[in-house]
Amino acid sequence: MNKYTEDDLREELKTKEYEYGFYTDIASDTFPVGLNEDIVRAISIKKEEPEWMTEWRLNAFRSWQEMTEPEWANVHYEKPDFQAISYYSAPNSKPKYDSLDEVDPELLDTFSKLGISLDEQKKLAGVAMDVVVDSVSVATTFKATLAEKGIIFCSISEAIREYPDLVKKYIGTVVPQKDNFYAALNSAVFSDGSFCYIPKGVKCPMELSTYFRINQAGTGQFERTLVIADEGSYVSYLEGCTAPSRDENQLHAAVVELIALDNAEIKYSTVQNWYPGNAEGKGGVYNFVTKRGLCETNAKISWTQVETGSAVTWKYPSCVLKGDNSVGEFYSIAVTNNYQQADTGTKMIHLGKNTKSTIISKGISAGKSQNSYRGLVQINSRAENARNFSQCDSLLMGNECGAHTFPYIEVKNKSAKIEHEATTSKIGEDQIFYCNQRGIDTEKAIALIVNGFSKEVLNKLPMEFAVEAQKLLEISLEGSVG
Amino acid sequence: MDLKDKLVSSFLAFENRVDVDTYVHDVRSDAIKIFEEKGFPTKKEEAWKYTSLNSVLKQDYSLFPQKESSIEYGDVKKYFIHDIDSYKIVFIDGKYSSYLSQTTHDGIDVCLMSAAISKPKYRLVIENYFNKAATKDSLSSLNTAFSSEGAYIHIPKNKLVEKPIQIIHFSTGSEAATMLQPRNLIVVDENSHVQIIERHQSLTNNPVLTNSVTEIFTNKRAIVDYYKIQNDSENASLIDNTFVKQKRESHASVHTFSFGGKLIRNNLNFFQNGERIDSTLKGVTIIGNKQHVDHNTLVHHIEPNCESHQDYKGIFDDSSTGVFNGKVVVEKEAQKTNAFQANNNILISDKATINTKPQLEIFADDVKCSHGCTIGQLDESAMFYMRSRGIPEKEAKGLLMYAFSNNVLSSVKIPEVKQRITKLIATKLGVNIGFDL
Repeated sequence: MNKYTEDDLREELKTKEYEYGFYTDIASDTFPVGLNEDIVRAISIKKEEPEWMTEWRLNAFRSWQEMTEPEWANVHYEKPDFQAISYYSAPNSKPKYDSLDEVDPELLDTFSKLGISLDEQKKLAGVAMDVVVDSVSVATTFKATLAEKGIIFCSISEAIREYPDLVKKYIGTVVPQKDNFYAALNSAVFSDGSFCYIPKGVKCPMELSTYFRINQAGTGQFERTLVIADEGSYVSYLEGCTAPSRDENQLHAAVVELIALDNAEIKYSTVQNWYPGNAEGKGGVYNFVTKRGLCETNAKISWTQVETGSAVTWKYPSCVLKGDNSVGEFYSIAVTNNYQQADTGTKMIHLGKNTKSTIISKGISAGKSQNSYRGLVQINSRAENARNFSQCDSLLMGNECGAHTFPYIEVKNKSAKIEHEATTSKIGEDQIFYCNQRGIDTEKAIALIVNGFSKEVLNKLPMEFAVEAQKLLEISLEGSVG
Repeated sequence: MDLKDKLVSSFLAFENRVDVDTYVHDVRSDAIKIFEEKGFPTKKEEAWKYTSLNSVLKQDYSLFPQKESSIEYGDVKKYFIHDIDSYKIVFIDGKYSSYLSQTTHDGIDVCLMSAAISKPKYRLVIENYFNKAATKDSLSSLNTAFSSEGAYIHIPKNKLVEKPIQIIHFSTGSEAATMLQPRNLIVVDENSHVQIIERHQSLTNNPVLTNSVTEIFTNKRAIVDYYKIQNDSENASLIDNTFVKQKRESHASVHTFSFGGKLIRNNLNFFQNGERIDSTLKGVTIIGNKQHVDHNTLVHHIEPNCESHQDYKGIFDDSSTGVFNGKVVVEKEAQKTNAFQANNNILISDKATINTKPQLEIFADDVKCSHGCTIGQLDESAMFYMRSRGIPEKEAKGLLMYAFSNNVLSSVKIPEVKQRITKLIATKLGVNIGFDL
C-alpha cells in the first residue's frame, strides 16, 4: 500500500468501471421495508437499548413525520420513497470476535478488496479500525492500547449500553433531533456508528478510523457518530467510505456530532467514494449528511473532506464557535463526473470572541456534472474580533458541466473581518501543452494539474489518506478529457 | 383589506380610466393575474431571505393620488443636477409636470409613457419593446399591470445625445401615504449614446412606496450610462426593478448611489444577447439609523466574449442593514466570458448588519469569473498616519471612507454628477472633505 507506483496507477486506470463495485453475500438479518413507530421500537430493542433511548428515537420520528424534505439545494433527483427502505440490516454472524480468524472469511475478503487488511493496518499504519459493514461494527482493533489511555472508541450501540451517561449527556446537543429532515430521520432509525471519547488532557496516540460500507441492496444506511474531546485533549479521526455497485439509488443519511471542550482539538477527515452511478447517471448513492461540531473556549475543530463519490451529495460539515478564541477550519475537495451532483460546503457560526475560521473549498466538475459550493459565515453581534477567510475555487472540465457558488455572509458585529473570494477557471491549454511537450500524456497531465489545484486541501489529510485521496482524484476524473 | 387585495380590486377601475391600445391592455391583464397568484414576496423566497416588506406593506396607501399638486422650481432646484443643461422629465405624485420638464421630439424622443402607449405613432416600438425585458416576478408584474406613466426615451440610430436626461419623481405627501408605480422604457438604437440620471424624492415625511420598473434596451454598439440617486426621506421606500437587455457590442452601465430612504430594494438585471457586450454595475451605499438597502443583481451571460464588472461598496452605521445578493450566470455557449464581482463593506456600529451572498452559476468552461467579498474596518495604520499629522479623527475617518467609495465614483462620466455624489458622501459622513473633483 505504501509502495504505490505509477504502474499500479496505470493498471487501475484501465478498469474504468467502479472498482469497488462488488457485492458480498452475507446472510443478512433484514427488517421488512417501511417505517413506523414499531420499526423504530424494533430497532431500539434489537440494539438492546435503554428506555430513554427508545423515547429519544420516537421523539425524533414524530418530528420527522411533520417535516418535509428540503428542496433548496441545487440538486435534482428522484426523491427516495422512505416507506420502501428497510431500516435495519446487520450481518448475521454477530458474536464479538477475539481474533480476526473468527471473522466471516467472506467479510475479510471484502476488506482486502477495499485495501484494508486489518492485520496489516495493525502493524503498518498504527490505525485503530472500527469497521462498519452495514451498520453493525464487527471488528474493533487496538482497543486495548486505547483503553490504557482511557480513550473510549467503540460502536455507538455499545456506548449506549456501556456508557449511557456520556451518550445521554452529549447526543443530540450539536445536531438536535429536529435539526433537519434527514437528521430527524437518522435520529429515529440510526442503526449504528462510532463513539469516541478522549479524556481530559489525553492526546490520542493514533489516528482513529472507521470505514463505512453500504452492502445490502435496498437498505438505507443511517450512521451516527459522536466524538467527544474532553478538556485539553486531541484526536484525529478518519472516515472512509466505499459502496458496491447497485442500480437502484441507495440512501445514506448520517449524522456526525463533534464536541470539543475547552482547549481540545478534533481533526476529522473524510474520504467519500461511494458508488456515483454509471456513466449514464443511473444508480448511485444519495448522500444526505449532517455534520456539525461545537467548539468551547480555545477549542479547535478541523474538517477535511475529499468527496469523489455519490450520485447526489448534500453535506455541510459545520462549526459552532461557541467559546472565545475557538477555531474552525474546513478544507474540501469535491469532484463530480458524469451525472453526479454535489451541493456541499460549510457553516461557520461565530458566537464567541476572537473566533477564527478558515474555509478552503476546491470544486472540480467534469462530464455532465453539477458542483455547488454553499456556505454560511455568520458573525453574531457578540463575536468581537471574529475573523474569517474563505476561498472557493472551481475547475471546469468540458462545457457540459457546471460550477456554482452560493456563499452566505451575515455579519452583525463591526469588528469582524471577513474575506471571501471565489474563482472559476479551466485547465489552461498552455499548461497541458507544457506537460505534453515533456512527454506527459494528457490524462496524466490533467491528474498532475488537478493534484496541484487540490494540494492545499490534500496536505491537510493524514498521510495514509492523502495517498488514497490522490488516487481517488485520478480515478474519478479518468475519461473526462474531451 | 390588505394592500394586495386593494390593488387587485382596483385594477378594473384603473383599466377603464386610462385609455390604451389593446396590446398594452393584454399585457396588463396577464400581469395582474401573475401578481394575484404570486402576491408580494415574503422572506421564505430565497431572493427575499434578508429583506422583509412587511413593515412597508402595512401602510394604507392611496393608489391614485387625486389632488393635483404643483411645486415651485425654486423649492426643488436642489434635487436637480441644475448646473448643466439637460432634458428633464418630471413627475409629481405620478403625474407629469410639464412646467418643470423639458422634453423633446427633435430627432430623439424624450417624452412620456402615457403618450407612447396611446398614440399609434409609437405603436411599433411599444409592441417590440414594452415588457420584453421585465421578468414575470410578482413586483414587476404588479408594476406592469398598473403601468400608465413614466419616461419614454427612444434614441434612433447614430445619435449622440448631447445633454443628459434627468428623470425625477417627486411625491408631495398630499395624501397620508402614497404608492407610486412609474414605468420607464428606454430604447437606444445602433451606435447611439445617452446618459440618464434618475431620482425619486419625497418632499414631506409622509410614507411613500415606489415600485418602479425601468426597461433599457441597448442595440448594436449603443452606449448607455444610467445613474440612480437614492437619497430620499426616511419614510420613503423604493423597490426599483431595472432590466437591461443588451445586443452585441453594446456598453451599459448602471451606478446606484443609495444614501437615504427607509427600505430600498434594487433588482438590477442584465441580459447579454450578443457577443462582445460590456456591462457595468456599480454602487455606493452609505446608510444609518434603521435604514435597509438591498442590492439584488443578476448578470446573465448568454453569448461568448462578453464582460461584466460589478463593484458595490457599503458603509453601515447605527441599526442599518445592508444586503447584497449578486448573481452571475454563465451559460454553456458563453465561452470566454470575463465576469468580475466585488462587494466590500464597512460596519461602523455594532447594531448594523450586513448580509451578502455573491453567487456564481457557471456552465461554460473557458471563462474567467471571480468574486470577492470583504467586511472589515478602517485601516488602523492609515488612521494613525493621518492622526499623527494633525488630521482630526472624524476627518480622517471621512477621508478613508471617501477613499473607500472612490473606486466606484471613478467610472462616473458626468463631472457634475460626480461632484454632487462627492458632496452627498461628505454630508452623509458628516465631514468636510475640503476638496472638489
